[in-house]
Amino acid sequence: MLTSGKGGVGKTTSAAAIAAGLALRGKRTVVIDFDVGLRNLDLAMGCERRVVFDFINVINGDAKLNQALIKDKRNDNLYIFPTSQTRDKDALKRDGVERVLEELKDSFDYIVCDSPAGIEHGAIIALYFADSAIIVTNPEVYSVRDSDRIIGILASKSRRAEHNLEPVDVHLLLTRYSLERVKKGEMLSVEDVTEILSIPLLGVIPEAESVLRASNTGTPIVFNKKSAAGRAYLDAVARFVGEQPEMHFVQPKRSSIFRTLFGRA
Amino acid sequence: MRLLDFFFPERRNTAVIAKDRLKIVLAHERASRDAPDFLAALQKDLLDALGRYVELRTDMLRVKVGKSGDTSLLEINVEIDSAKTKPVKNSAATITPKAAPAMRFDPSAPAPWAKPS
Repeated sequence: MLTSGKGGVGKTTSAAAIAAGLALRGKRTVVIDFDVGLRNLDLAMGCERRVVFDFINVINGDAKLNQALIKDKRNDNLYIFPTSQTRDKDALKRDGVERVLEELKDSFDYIVCDSPAGIEHGAIIALYFADSAIIVTNPEVYSVRDSDRIIGILASKSRRAEHNLEPVDVHLLLTRYSLERVKKGEMLSVEDVTEILSIPLLGVIPEAESVLRASNTGTPIVFNKKSAAGRAYLDAVARFVGEQPEMHFVQPKRSSIFRTLFGRA
Repeated sequence: MRLLDFFFPERRNTAVIAKDRLKIVLAHERASRDAPDFLAALQKDLLDALGRYVELRTDMLRVKVGKSGDTSLLEINVEIDSAKTKPVKNSAATITPKAAPAMRFDPSAPAPWAKPS
């Protein structure tokens, strides 16, 4: 489950990238849009013209799961579960969501949930059933504060908290990171944010032009092998499944004249 | 860098300021995050009661719920070093009506929304 509290930090972009990254590793993955009424995951995944039925139709029993799931054209392991653009978040009934998630568990290794921003009903339902949560945070004060708030909500209002089970496994994904600005003392550093939030770091995604190009074309950024941000997401996915790749983009790298001339973000 | 900071004060390290501000605000928010709802009301009542004897500012009384091992603790800290004591007269009867409001609900009184007869 990806969440952040604050909007506009890169939840949907990250959900698309992480789901695609898991699929690239051979994991059967479905990515669900929980942002009822403000559907965008379909655009991030480039399947907006293939949406027929949605999450709410399946919850209400108006469509079967296999009618609503959209198979990704780039990777056979990847499925997209779009949400409704016309309904509102109250259509997300807890028992209906639970039933659909249980059904998905039978066919998928990973269920990636893209939460809406805020701490209202939609966001609470999205985090309620989570086993793991990825907290998408930008290195700026509003985002860090809202992340702290959502971490608190995960610890008190999730199903695991309510049933006194093992707490939700929480990870920090720091996005839109600019090493340049950190060096100038203009931006909170990775160390600052991990110290303040005190949750383990899953990855640092550099601010990169390639991310906007990826959303323009509806291609999850991990499919772009040349993109530094894409590689950073793949590293984050590797950490999520238990590997320990080296952390990139957090140390100043030697600038080569070659990179300066020909490098693309 | 120091010299630059001197000539361009707005260029000073704003990330440090951001971090300090976040630490302070989050410390407050985390403390009240798990607080039961009655805590604010309790704090107010305690301030009213103690305020009859000493002059207290709101920030001199802190109420929080914590845990020590398996035991839940209600922790009340009152700072009275700088508080002025108020003259206390002999009996409880000296409590002024303002400090101790009379019964909040008086069944014999007419309802506030009733027309005056």
